[in-house]
Amino acid sequence: MTKQVNLTINGKQVTVPDGTLVADAAKMVGIDIPVFCHHPKLEPVGMCRMCLVEIGRPMLDRATGQVIMENGQPKIQFMPKLETACTNRVSEGMVVMTVSDKAKEGQQGTVEFLLTSHPLDCPICDKGGECPLQNLTMQFGPGKSRFIYDEKLHLEKQVPLGELIWLDRERCIQCARCIRFQDEVAGEAVLGFDDRGRNTQIVSLSDPGFDSVFSGNTTDICPVGALTTADFRFGARPWELKAQASICTQCPVGCNTTLNTRREAKAGGDIVVKRVMPRQNEEVNEIWLCDKGRFAYHYAESKKRLARPMVRKEDKLARASWDAATRFAAENFVANKKDFVVLASGRLANEDLFNLKSLADHADGTAILYSDMGGGDLTQLVGVGAGTNIGKMGAGDAILVVASDLYEEAPIWWLRVKQAADRGATLIVANPRETKLDKFAKFTIRYAYGDEVKTVNDFSKKSKIADEFAKARNAIVFYGSEGLGLNGSSTLASACATLLKETNHVGRPNNGLVGVWQRANDQGAWEVGFRPVPDLEKALKGKAVYIVGADPVGDDPNLAKALKGAKFVAVQDVLETATTEIADVVFPAQVYTEREGTYISGERRVQRFYAAVPPKGDSKPDFAITSQVAKQMGVILEGSSASVVFDILANSIDGMADLSYEKLAEVYGQWPIVGRGDLYYGGTTYENTQGLGMQLLPMAQAGGTVRIPKVRKEAALRPKEKELIAVPVNKLYDRGVTINPAQLLGERVGEATVALHPSTAKKLGLEAGAHIKISFDGVSGEAVLKMDDTISTGVALVPRSMGIAIREPVAARVQAQAASGKVK
Amino acid sequence: MSHVLLRHRDIPNINRLDVYKKNGGFAAWKKAVTKMQPNEVTGVVKDSGLRGRGGAGFPTGMKWSFIDNKNWPHYVVANADESEPGTFKDREIMEGNPFQFLEGLALGSYAVGANAAYVYLRGEFWELAAFLDEKIAEMEEAGYLGENLFGTEYSLKIYTHLGAGAYICGEETALLESLEGKRGQPRVRPPFPPSYGLYGKPTIINNVETFTNVPAILANGADWYKSMGTMDSAGVKVFSLSGRVRKPGNYELPFGTTFRQLIYEHAGGVQEGRPVKAIMPAGASSSLIVVDDKVLDTPMDYATVRTLGADLGSASVIVLDDTVDIDWVINKTIKFFKHESCGKCTPCREGNYWMKHLTSRIHSGNGSKDDVDLLLNVAKQMQGKCLCALGEFSTMAVVTGIERFPQDFKKAVKA
Amino acid sequence: MSLEKTHPKEVKQILSKYPLEHKRSAVMPLLYLAQREEGFITKSAMQDIAQMLEMTETEVASIVGFYTLYHDEKAGKYRMQVCTDLPCALRGADEFLNNLCGNLGIKVGETTPDGLVTLEAVMCLAACDKAPMFQTQGPDGIKYHELMTVDRTMELIDALKQAEEK
Ligand SMILES: Cc1cc2nc3c(=O)[nH]c(=O)nc-3n(C[C@H](O)[C@H](O)[C@H](O)COP(=O)(O)O)c2cc1C
Ligand code: SF4
Ligand code: FES
Repeated sequence: MTKQVNLTINGKQVTVPDGTLVADAAKMVGIDIPVFCHHPKLEPVGMCRMCLVEIGRPMLDRATGQVIMENGQPKIQFMPKLETACTNRVSEGMVVMTVSDKAKEGQQGTVEFLLTSHPLDCPICDKGGECPLQNLTMQFGPGKSRFIYDEKLHLEKQVPLGELIWLDRERCIQCARCIRFQDEVAGEAVLGFDDRGRNTQIVSLSDPGFDSVFSGNTTDICPVGALTTADFRFGARPWELKAQASICTQCPVGCNTTLNTRREAKAGGDIVVKRVMPRQNEEVNEIWLCDKGRFAYHYAESKKRLARPMVRKEDKLARASWDAATRFAAENFVANKKDFVVLASGRLANEDLFNLKSLADHADGTAILYSDMGGGDLTQLVGVGAGTNIGKMGAGDAILVVASDLYEEAPIWWLRVKQAADRGATLIVANPRETKLDKFAKFTIRYAYGDEVKTVNDFSKKSKIADEFAKARNAIVFYGSEGLGLNGSSTLASACATLLKETNHVGRPNNGLVGVWQRANDQGAWEVGFRPVPDLEKALKGKAVYIVGADPVGDDPNLAKALKGAKFVAVQDVLETATTEIADVVFPAQVYTEREGTYISGERRVQRFYAAVPPKGDSKPDFAITSQVAKQMGVILEGSSASVVFDILANSIDGMADLSYEKLAEVYGQWPIVGRGDLYYGGTTYENTQGLGMQLLPMAQAGGTVRIPKVRKEAALRPKEKELIAVPVNKLYDRGVTINPAQLLGERVGEATVALHPSTAKKLGLEAGAHIKISFDGVSGEAVLKMDDTISTGVALVPRSMGIAIREPVAARVQAQAASGKVK
Repeated sequence: MSHVLLRHRDIPNINRLDVYKKNGGFAAWKKAVTKMQPNEVTGVVKDSGLRGRGGAGFPTGMKWSFIDNKNWPHYVVANADESEPGTFKDREIMEGNPFQFLEGLALGSYAVGANAAYVYLRGEFWELAAFLDEKIAEMEEAGYLGENLFGTEYSLKIYTHLGAGAYICGEETALLESLEGKRGQPRVRPPFPPSYGLYGKPTIINNVETFTNVPAILANGADWYKSMGTMDSAGVKVFSLSGRVRKPGNYELPFGTTFRQLIYEHAGGVQEGRPVKAIMPAGASSSLIVVDDKVLDTPMDYATVRTLGADLGSASVIVLDDTVDIDWVINKTIKFFKHESCGKCTPCREGNYWMKHLTSRIHSGNGSKDDVDLLLNVAKQMQGKCLCALGEFSTMAVVTGIERFPQDFKKAVKA
Repeated sequence: MSLEKTHPKEVKQILSKYPLEHKRSAVMPLLYLAQREEGFITKSAMQDIAQMLEMTETEVASIVGFYTLYHDEKAGKYRMQVCTDLPCALRGADEFLNNLCGNLGIKVGETTPDGLVTLEAVMCLAACDKAPMFQTQGPDGIKYHELMTVDRTMELIDALKQAEEK
């Protein structure tokens, strides 16, 4: 444990860990020293001079080194000048005065200086109401400015730094929080200062502007209204907003969010989500959010939302009552009892998946997870131990990322892994191509697609990298599905689990295996017993299928074909999809903002989300719909209360018996302190009052036996002459159902691209930017050709969810496509 | 008396290696590397009483002894940014007597165990940098720089690095940032460069003139050096004299020389025989001293000049005669500081912008008495609150100008 | 075209001055090198340098913006930068600049119609004893011109013009 230090702040005795900054020490005991440039997540710079205080230290006798005493008290020597609380660290016996006349005069002076250049346009400013400058001016400022208003510097007020973030140059107070966040935390220095002195201004020269998936965070920590999101600016005044806790559904990190809602005339007087804000959870997302999580929520407002149950009549879907629709489905499921299949995805909550699994079990059906990634059974065995916090990993620890591009697949993990590496953790990145994490890695391993298992197995041989991994105090492996299908990723997971077990990196916090899933609750689906199947086409053909939260028809022509031959198709979803079009019955489900439930993150943290807005039309939560269908089939499942479903779930799944909604809603104090009335300190991130969630114990930690299935060697794919191996890769901004309708991110989604090694392209007579057609396995798609000289020759990288159906490595042909304008 | 630093004035062509060598050049260097321990070199410099010539007057030997020997490698940097208005001594030293400067830099490097030293020159010294590069190459050629010097384990390389027009890069931590390829903005201190400097490594930074003293000190001994100057300030100093004098220029004189001697004996007095109204002893950063006979007879060393309510700083003496209006002077200095404020901290960035409006208004005759009061108040509000000394410097002439020359401001403002 | 291609020797020499892991230090000398070509630093030059030093373009631009000797806009072939700071002003620099403006028929900040000279007023150049003085910043780097008169300055400009015509 770090040494504790005693000091006095404003006469109050305080004990804090050695090394704490005076500003933070004060904050810990509820004393607010005003700050602008200081942010507890950033390195101290002491540049705004807002936090000026008087600091005294005990005088030491030069000869003896002893503290000089005076009237039985240590004699304190104060510095002649005020000092910055944000750069001075506490020391034993220190005396700090933050509200003395001298300190106040200093703080007032700084506010007055800042206001000389500030436009004071609070009434029309988005930050008005939650603005540190506004608040601090009230609290710490002089009564009025002596600066002549006419002499104010006038600058551009609406500068887009990219299409997502806008800058008001007049409001900027040059605290550099945004620049420092991008540089220090995100490692993407795409913001900078131009010019100097009073002409200092924020600029971004990247292409596209402000090219970082973390850009939204700068608007949270900007202490004035200089940076705003294109999404929210002029959207609402902060005091009109209601706040509700939620969980981001875009990736397996499970970032804690707060949904800000308001009634809106535009929406016919409905309550709508106005913005998504980070909610502090130091073990998950700290106070950050990626831009996808922040901006992609608009899909819930899509015109394609399903609002009413529908039943196919004379080849057309027609409105039906819930009762009629569920009865229709139930009759067909019962009639095809032997062929009953439930196909559900990790987009659903645990409660939904649990009811679906129960229904399949009771009705002798099969429950299939709609996913092409495996290994969720292994994360149950050797997943990261409860108590894991990547934010605490550093020197002496190791992290291996294999077959995953974390930046694209789980941005906040990327950020936290990068920061662990900054703190000295050994980062090993093994991937067939260059990714943005490479720059921060101590070791990068570049293997050929298909060699991922061999690469991990090689860790059993003696090598510098393997050694460092084996000797690490703690070690985590993130494995993904880059270039892999279900089989490949399952074997990779086994190899990783074996590595962790053999190097004794299981069963403890900050040790174990994490799956970089494609959907937010894939891990939850595994926990409740869903499993993917190797041959999905076969599994669907000729069956009576209950498809929930998935669009197989839209995703893959082969699955579409298989479903055409199905006996019956019931589809339950939030939006119209290609699959609802072929359905015999359609159930409208509520989106996560309209209901409550739980998800399980990739780190196996069970987390609650809450209802923030009223449901659309007649839609219902998935678990309730399933319960109604079940009832019609003679199976009784809880359908009225999510928390009751959860209780039943918790009681029937090993290791979850202790969990309940109350438990998941528990919170404890976190550092840094955010929220509160004094928003300047940690930015506008929301304090967590509705639950930090609970991490599940992996079997290795719970004391069970851990047997890892033997790694099967797969036959290598052998492409024929003129064929390439097409492999799937994941992209953050893809055309997945939840992002496509989100207008704002449209530009970043862009066109589908297929990447080849330049020499491969040359062989095929193709140039970068060429429009190509790629075909394999009876499907084909169009894309723009991209070059990547970090991959091996003979492979084609095909992004998932960009209109080309790819679930696993396949032999493919790539050829030029007659130029037909923009590729769709 | 012959010069210690400006030796090119006594010895023609001393900027040629053979001439420099013939006149005792590199003897100290060779002796130090082959016969002395690094800390012995530091010891001699400490004993000599040499104080930094960049402005702050910090004891040089003591600074060298602060180097953190637990963290390696070490670096040494010569501060050749020379951007204070009124300062032009380092340029003459480097142009005229380059080898003595480089030898001093080498000795400093040896004393703290650095194998690489950088000379950070202001960007305008473009030709001078090229000239120094030649001199450095000649030293390498002659075996005074490079690997295994004089057959020992010790190696040293010296590199030049050009700034690009920013006064703030004279501030040592801003200089380091600039040398690291960043914007030249000061760092928070502590930590100080001897523990956290270039690339985060222990670094010693000294002024060009400071280094140039060192070969002479090692050659002639600490006592010889101390025999010049005053108790407070040992040795000689190059005074850059400018403003309304007949013969502006650099004058190398012992500390303790009076203002009168400098201005009248050496520089031929004031133009047109006018009286001296004010002196700025440390360039534009200086406080303004009201001049009378007593002031003229004050000896110039760090401690004594302080008794006049000013700092000697880099000894860039600007002489103002009775034709000069002080409101004009501060308008000039504030123009400079507003232009050079790096913008990192609030009081300096905003204060100078504000002060510029006020000094312009006052100087143009549109100001009021209230503006003068406000100006004084703004300057004082900045004092003691800035991140680095530049902000502090910017207020000196303003505060002392208004307080010490009230009649000039009375005259300048509207009734 | 990349500086590594156009000036391989200089680039190598510049990079050799700094530790390998701190090659970012080379940004300032490389910017000077890039500026030599056009008299200002083009966007593509910034991209090139950014790539060479593993910096972002924004970081490079941020440096160009901070230092006054880097320019991101085209001006006259030579920038004539007259020091008008306090010490020089005490020795007639303001008057000198004024007269020069009159003679050239341009204001401070403007460029002569032939595109040869841009006249600028700058801060102290460390030549306070040699006022009036200025420096020229041009394709051949930076040169000092001290103890100048308007006549001598006009002669210098004529000489530059003649060299240009040749
Ligand atoms: C704004 C500012 C500008 C400075 N400019 C210079 C300079 O041009 N040359 C210099 O040697 N020191 C300059 N200094 C002082 C340096 O920070 C530093 O104290 C000095 O280089 C140390 O060397 P010394 O101990 O040999 O004096 C400046 C300081 C400040 C605050
Ligand atoms: S005092 Fe001025 S120069 Fe120094 S850090 Fe502050 S803004 Fe920059
Ligand atoms: S200087 Fe301390 S908060 Fe900015």
